[in-house]
Amino acid sequence: MAKAHVYKRYHINTDEIIPARYLNADDEKELALHCMEDLDTGFVKKIKPGDCIVAGDDFGCGSSREHAVWAIRGAKVQTVIARSFARIFYRNAINCGFYLIESDDAVEKIKDGDEVEIDYGSGLIKDRTSGINIGFAPLPDFALEIIKDGGLLEHIKKATTD
Amino acid sequence: MTQRQVNVMGMTITEKILAKASGKKTVKAGDLVDAKIDVIMCHDITTPAAISMLIEKGIDKVFNRSKIVVTPDHFQPAKDIKSAELHKRLDQWAKRQKIKYYYKIGRAGVCHALLPEQGHIRPGEVIVGGDSHTCTYGAFAAFSTGVGSTDLAAAIATGQLWFKVPASMKFVLNGLLKKGVYSKDVILAVIARVGTDGALYRAMEFVGPALKGMSMEARMTITNMAIEAGAKNGIIGFDAVTKKYLDGHLRDKKSYKVFESDKDAEYAAVEEFDCSKLEPMVAMPHLPSGGVPIGKCRGKAMDQAYIGSCTNGRIEDLRIAAKIMKGKEVAIRTIIVPATPEIWKQAKDEGLFDVFYKAGCVISAPTCGACLGGFMGILAEGEKCISTTNRNFVGRMGHPKSEVYLASPATAAASAIEGKLTDPRKYL
Repeated sequence: MAKAHVYKRYHINTDEIIPARYLNADDEKELALHCMEDLDTGFVKKIKPGDCIVAGDDFGCGSSREHAVWAIRGAKVQTVIARSFARIFYRNAINCGFYLIESDDAVEKIKDGDEVEIDYGSGLIKDRTSGINIGFAPLPDFALEIIKDGGLLEHIKKATTD
Repeated sequence: MTQRQVNVMGMTITEKILAKASGKKTVKAGDLVDAKIDVIMCHDITTPAAISMLIEKGIDKVFNRSKIVVTPDHFQPAKDIKSAELHKRLDQWAKRQKIKYYYKIGRAGVCHALLPEQGHIRPGEVIVGGDSHTCTYGAFAAFSTGVGSTDLAAAIATGQLWFKVPASMKFVLNGLLKKGVYSKDVILAVIARVGTDGALYRAMEFVGPALKGMSMEARMTITNMAIEAGAKNGIIGFDAVTKKYLDGHLRDKKSYKVFESDKDAEYAAVEEFDCSKLEPMVAMPHLPSGGVPIGKCRGKAMDQAYIGSCTNGRIEDLRIAAKIMKGKEVAIRTIIVPATPEIWKQAKDEGLFDVFYKAGCVISAPTCGACLGGFMGILAEGEKCISTTNRNFVGRMGHPKSEVYLASPATAAASAIEGKLTDPRKYL
């Protein structure tokens, strides 16, 4: 079961997600070692494969570095649930085939350490710790298509071969 | 002609450019479009990854070798072995693909200063770059936005990208700036009002009399920081100042298309500013929206001053700093970073380097350097830096417990002399 790691902060930015001192590499595994380092030095140690991050408004603001998505994905985070996402980060995640969830409700109700189960198809988060079910709006169709194809480049390849 | 095409509802300049780029007569905010890209900016941090993706996916091609501009800038000259490897990958690709505009070290510079200076930015066009501050080019009445490596790869291979047409916010800059107050102070005041996500997903369109008196360099400082309010793009209409700059810089002189917003175009919000009342601003750590007038923060001790970057590393910025530093000595570490080789040479020829040297500053080669905590001026734990850059997030210029204060070159220069946040107007 996935555990929720809650950071009730607004504007968690790309410098906190993956500091520029590590941008001399673009290998996902290497970036993952420093994921969220300037926000929480203990993050990488406490995250288990499939866990999720829960945060406030404007998650991922700042740089266009896709390294931020790669670091999070490389750390085996399943998804990020936030009240809103910065534009380039959101777009990068879709382009990488990485699902993000926008939900005020989830951010309000999910507590740090809660066990959650996410059904992306029906748009439902089941908080097993509190017993609350939280609905969320699925991503728009064009974004789902890109994610389904495994990212933008696969999507383009498919479109040109179809 | 474009005006006549629209008879239902007016369009903003951003909508018109995206309509043209996607082969449509009209578009409105929220529409999804596939836009043709006119210029792609590539640098050393995000492009090597894009190249690797293209190779891995078996689509290692460029849609048009003349529409891609390459310059290493973030870690150039290479700061360590790993960044040298990034440069090597970029260099090998640019040579293999015979990229026409590849600025190698010696001609490479901070991308958002370099591309306009070298005449790659044209009104009415769509520009993307693997860097969030690509929104800078909107100062030339173009649609310009930053993308990640995957988008960059897709643009390089296909010459087009999907966009959701952004709703526009209009920022009316009334009044004229007082002495000692600059376009940096304007944009810091704008972001302080709307917040770092106040223009999320939107176009920030800047209009008004205060712009008329601003050079293209000063206008670029404004559009450069549109991303700091979360915007997709920042844009300023075409006028005589734009034309004069383009006449002096464009390498391809063929006519370009000038768009302007219709009178009945729709805006999600309109924000008015009286620029004549603005004071020099300083954005306090750790958000670019932390701007306060200098009167409310002066006297705070600093450890370093940094004058450079895509926001304020242009010749005009260096002239302002030199004017203030002339005949003075700095009290703290002060790093001057001319943004491009041409700016570097110009500053040298104009004698600005003598002023900086005598004042006790160090002068760097063109690089993004310490702006993003790369190298050439990293902060130690607890240190504070007054900086002409664009971001002051936690750890931005070094140690997670260091602090960055954003300001104009004038405020940074005055603060360098006194070693504390200082109102530049006493030196002007």
